[in-house]
Amino acid sequence: MQTIATLQKGEKGIIQEFDIARVPLKLIEMGCLPGNTVELVQFAPFQDPMYININDCYVAIRKETAIHISIKKITQ
Amino acid sequence: MSANILKVALIGNPNTGKTSVFNHLTGLNQQVGNYPGITVEKKVGFCKLSQHQRAKIIDLPGTYSLNASSFDESVVIELLMNKNGEDYPDVAIVVSEVENLKRNLLLFTQIKDLEIPTILVINMSDRMKRKGISIDVDVLEKELDTKILLVSSRTKKGIESIKTLLQNSKSLSSDSCLDSSIIDKEYFDRLEKVFPNQSLYKLWLVITQDVNFGKVEKNEIKEKASFATKSNSELKRLQHKETIARYKFINDVLKKGYTVDKSKARDLRSVFDRILTHKIFGYVIFFSILLLIFQAIFDWSSVPMDFIDASFASLGDWVSHTLPAGNFTDLLVDGVIAGLGGIAIFIPQIVFLFLFISVLEESGYMSRVVFLMDRIMRRFGLSGKSVVPLISGTACAIPAIMATRNIESWKERLITILVTPFTTCSARLPVYAILIALVIPDKRVLGIFNAQGLTLMFLYILGFASAIIAAHILNKILKIKSKSYFVVEMPNYKLPMFKNVFINVLEKTKSFVFEAGKIILAISIVLWFLASYGPGEKFINAEQIVKNEVENSQFSERELDDKIASYKLEHSYIGIVGKTIEPIIRPLGYDWKIGIALATSFAAREVFVSTLATIYSVGSVGDEDETIKDKMRQEVHPSGKKVFNFASGISLLLFYAFAMQCMGTLAVVKRETNSWKWPLIQLFGMSGIAYIAALIAFQLLK
Repeated sequence: MQTIATLQKGEKGIIQEFDIARVPLKLIEMGCLPGNTVELVQFAPFQDPMYININDCYVAIRKETAIHISIKKITQ
Repeated sequence: MSANILKVALIGNPNTGKTSVFNHLTGLNQQVGNYPGITVEKKVGFCKLSQHQRAKIIDLPGTYSLNASSFDESVVIELLMNKNGEDYPDVAIVVSEVENLKRNLLLFTQIKDLEIPTILVINMSDRMKRKGISIDVDVLEKELDTKILLVSSRTKKGIESIKTLLQNSKSLSSDSCLDSSIIDKEYFDRLEKVFPNQSLYKLWLVITQDVNFGKVEKNEIKEKASFATKSNSELKRLQHKETIARYKFINDVLKKGYTVDKSKARDLRSVFDRILTHKIFGYVIFFSILLLIFQAIFDWSSVPMDFIDASFASLGDWVSHTLPAGNFTDLLVDGVIAGLGGIAIFIPQIVFLFLFISVLEESGYMSRVVFLMDRIMRRFGLSGKSVVPLISGTACAIPAIMATRNIESWKERLITILVTPFTTCSARLPVYAILIALVIPDKRVLGIFNAQGLTLMFLYILGFASAIIAAHILNKILKIKSKSYFVVEMPNYKLPMFKNVFINVLEKTKSFVFEAGKIILAISIVLWFLASYGPGEKFINAEQIVKNEVENSQFSERELDDKIASYKLEHSYIGIVGKTIEPIIRPLGYDWKIGIALATSFAAREVFVSTLATIYSVGSVGDEDETIKDKMRQEVHPSGKKVFNFASGISLLLFYAFAMQCMGTLAVVKRETNSWKWPLIQLFGMSGIAYIAALIAFQLLK
């Protein structure tokens, strides 16, 4: 399954439906909603946390959250 | 009077420049206090709107939405929900930022739903051209049913129009701009039937928020509408739906009046991020900045500190020569002036610390540090967000512990709170500084490093290291299950604004000096009394007893006076206390005078220096312009050995590195953890470690 955690640096994806119980409301409020684009901007060492751009909003989240948000990779 | 004061609440997401707008509106005419019962900082300021009207402006803590996930955020909701509250606003100003308008509008639509007259300020409008953004204000005003002002807090553009608009606040719309009840029509219809005259959105907030406003109200809703109870997961699903509905509305609005020409956008973010969050350079830069901070604290601030030290010494000298001799003059010189000097001396260090911290936060760099450090900190049961409290802890543990509030996981937050007092706060600095100057030689090591500077650096590293080790142990011991999540906004890089940094440093320094100053002054005065009076014959007849003892020896008059003074001190109230505890602290290498200073500094560490200053001033008749350091250097044991020698000095340094000696911190920990258990564990745990470390050090070195 493709999730935010499977993205490589610079890759983008479209957010799919996800289990809202596993994703903090705060992230949803920042624009982590199905249909929006997500881009992986930067990894910290050990690929955790991940610095992402969702819906033009730049946030860092931990890998443990990222693996619950499924996406569809955009191939350029 | 009060009829002409308009109450205005400033609300907005973090990093929108809300505080800059607040600073422009109110200038230095602001007060920082606390919300009752909790330690959330409350900033209130006044602003003159016209000849007859003033505005009372409240700068609310930054929040992303009205769904509170922290103390800070629940303050916002409580204030906005309580119509009868003292601070319930007549007008709400929502501060947004031109680049993140979409996300900022989420909060705006929620505020509108509360039916408060609302102004939308779009800040950082000076960036529009550079980012290729254009805004059709008229269209947005119509769609959002509000007044919109384009503002740039950097160039001050638009600040005056805020004031003008506030004068005409009657014209502002207080209708909500979207119908959020569509997320569950049936549910909201039923709510409306039971509570016909209530705002549905307010009811919804009362139901969903776990905030204080409404134990009563909440129960009332449950009683009146048995159907209203929904499971937590159902509520969260509805909140999710609500967010989607709001974003749909916002997207539709922005399509009509907000365009971004990406080809025109120039972005510095990626350039800076490539270096500052780099796997290697990122850490190198962060540690270099830390080194720079320590350099400033110890090296750069030594000049103003010496100046302050000398000034207070000569002030004391001048007062004692100008005023008639007597008890009052003694109290003034040995109690008040010596005590105040003890606090004023570390103003330069506090200023440097807060200066660095506020520049790092303002620039957006602090979030990158959180990002870089999270994985490493998590290993020890901390969060990347613990870095900010641990660094702030080098200034003062009290604001640092308050800064843990944005750590979402309770376990990570609790551990951060418990270990933060290990970091070297500025109250330890005067103690360290004076002890290092006394016992560590001022010479170069390996050609370039100063031995005294190295010792201080070692003590800082010791502070951080013990915080990390303690965290690691606590992480293993504490069995707390808590939902852990971590969401950190990575704001744009900004050049820090001088005015914001200045006001921040001023506020922080002021409150620190006054808070600590109150305690120190009180203790100094009490100490002076206890040191100047004593029970029994020995104190009253001190002069005669000493004269009889030394009858046959050759002492100059001055030496004789000194002998009498120190004999008096020994038999004063405080001397008796010191002598009583001496057996406990003798194995650590301290005499009873240090024991007194040790005991009083459980109120606050910095009291150590002022206590010794008071004791030595009372206990000698030497020139008042001698500095505390000189007096300490001259102190000898009856055996002739210096009181402050290498072994006892190192032992004291270690004691102060570990011991939990600060009532202010304990009080804050009690409030933040809502129990006495944690502050007591801190007090006994840390002080126990301190005693053992000091004991081992002295026994090995003596």
